[in-house]
Amino acid sequence: MYRYDEFDATFVAERVKQFRGQVARRLAGELTEDEFRPLRLQNGLYLQLHAYMLRIAIPYGSLSSKQLRKLAFIARRYDKGFGHFTTRQNIQFNWPHLDEIPDILDHLASVEMHAIQTSGNCIRDVTADHFAGVAPDEVEDPRIWAEIIRQWSTLHPEFAFLPRKFKIAVTGASHDRAAVKFHDIGLKMVRSETGEVGFEVIVGGGMGRTPAIGPTIRAFLPKQHLLSYLEAVLRVYNLLGRRDNLYKARIKILVAATGTQEFARLVEEEWARIKDGALALPADEIDRIQRYFAPPQYEHLPAISPELEAAKLGNPEFARWLRTNTHPHKVDGYSIVTVSLKPEGGAPGDASADQMDLVADLADEYSFKELRVTHHQNLVLPNVRKQDLHALWQRLAAVRLAQPNVGFLTDIIACPGLDYCNLANARSIPIAQRIQRRFNDFRRLEEIGDLRLNISGCINACGHHHAGNIGILGVDKQGEEFYQITLGGSSRDDSSIGKIVGPAFAIDQVADAVETIVNVYLEKRTSRDERFLETYRRIGLDPFKEKLYGNSQARRPAAE
Amino acid sequence: MTVQIVTANRLRDGAVVYLTAERGWSEDFRASLPLRDEATAKAALDGTAADVKARKVVGPYLAEAEETPEGLKPNSARERIRASRFPTITPDVGSWTGRIAG
Repeated sequence: MYRYDEFDATFVAERVKQFRGQVARRLAGELTEDEFRPLRLQNGLYLQLHAYMLRIAIPYGSLSSKQLRKLAFIARRYDKGFGHFTTRQNIQFNWPHLDEIPDILDHLASVEMHAIQTSGNCIRDVTADHFAGVAPDEVEDPRIWAEIIRQWSTLHPEFAFLPRKFKIAVTGASHDRAAVKFHDIGLKMVRSETGEVGFEVIVGGGMGRTPAIGPTIRAFLPKQHLLSYLEAVLRVYNLLGRRDNLYKARIKILVAATGTQEFARLVEEEWARIKDGALALPADEIDRIQRYFAPPQYEHLPAISPELEAAKLGNPEFARWLRTNTHPHKVDGYSIVTVSLKPEGGAPGDASADQMDLVADLADEYSFKELRVTHHQNLVLPNVRKQDLHALWQRLAAVRLAQPNVGFLTDIIACPGLDYCNLANARSIPIAQRIQRRFNDFRRLEEIGDLRLNISGCINACGHHHAGNIGILGVDKQGEEFYQITLGGSSRDDSSIGKIVGPAFAIDQVADAVETIVNVYLEKRTSRDERFLETYRRIGLDPFKEKLYGNSQARRPAAE
Repeated sequence: MTVQIVTANRLRDGAVVYLTAERGWSEDFRASLPLRDEATAKAALDGTAADVKARKVVGPYLAEAEETPEGLKPNSARERIRASRFPTITPDVGSWTGRIAG
């Protein structure tokens, strides 16, 4: 993992000191809320529905056990004993007090963490493939590049007041697990015909009220030019992006209005000017960062573990968890384990302080003290010996962290919704809970197979509903909550935006509607191998519409 | 009858509070001062400027409520959730004891 150098440590410490002064001035009345708001947002502090909310950066979702333990400590001492892992691989605390925020930031700084770049119209903290460095399908480890981007983008003076927030995601794998086409900039590491590794640069994707799948503006960018090219993209956006209308200020709107080709031309023009300047990355600097991400001391193990095979035979529940929550590792004898934060009846992405401590202990014992946060709001232990999987599973099961549902219908992405969020129109978590209760039979979930369901409590789409195979969007109708359902979204290699299936449903109708949709799929699929998305793409919306609405007018008036 | 009330967040801890008849702030929605016409509502809201300046509260605004025989009730999902001081879900993680706002 990356370790702070002297520069990082000093700059984070100074930033905490600065914010401590700003909070003191606010509490003393020297700053009005209007003056203070941009300052607190630049430090990840929001004022939400019930209380303040502090969003803490977990750059590219990479976390050490020591850091996770510190988050558990903060949850206990300054919050209500839990935290919420977000779709941007970060964590949020929902109940901190303003006067204690500087102390929390001091605690975070002691483990090389902060809350910078988690809010405001800046380059937000970068996200990446949560299996980075351990996935077998990887061209190269994207964390090196995510870290280089972090260093370049943190408090970049030219990009501190962009037209709107700006999100960059990086993947080094052939299978997209970082939703790169739904980001302001998505970077995909690719190999050229001559074998050189570089980046495919995708610009102008996004969710929100105008969802867009980002087009590729450069098929291959040599690695050493990454920062100058990013700077060129950001500069074009900073100059030409709209500032007159909040809803049209993201780069996706600019790219669509300018045209991909013309936008790419503008970027190339700017890039030609700066590419060989100060931002060209020297090989020794790339090597220096790379050394932080050197693989741990893996043991030489056989690909098949006899202990694991024996444990599997005697225990079908464990075998099911293995099928769903583990992923092949690039090194023989190891597995990648996803710890599901989606228990039946829980809030997707929430973890208690005790659970955080336990997972930190497991990372120490079984995964070289390292963890990841996924944008699906789960945790990952990236380096587990196969022979340890059974013991690990037992420890997880003891604290409700062994749900065998990763990638299934109940592995729901959900924003905090109207239970916590000031911007939300409707609640998300109770919808997730109703669906989890309805589909609580793991055999049935496995029968349904690969199906992503995402829920957002408003059109800002923090819950990625546009990219859900089934997407649910909360809407407000005269102060009451309704839910619009979309079908056919995907954030993977086959990215697509879901289409609205029909009029919105009342809260009590949503689980029934999801069940109807699932039943249509099960009836229409050609075989178990045809995923929900494939069936949907083959048969379209109509069969779902027919079953959902049929001749029943009772549901129609809900919300046209 | 539909009335208005004034609500805000307390500066120090962000807790949801309501303007009372005594022109103080309470965490209890039912203690809200019902404002029965626009002029009274506007005057009450304007009157909170001093408390904003005194760093007691942040972002006061008017919200609709229903006066019923059982007392005042918030009349939107958002205000019902704010008034409850908690998420509507049954929390199954965390202690939920130590840090209740206030």
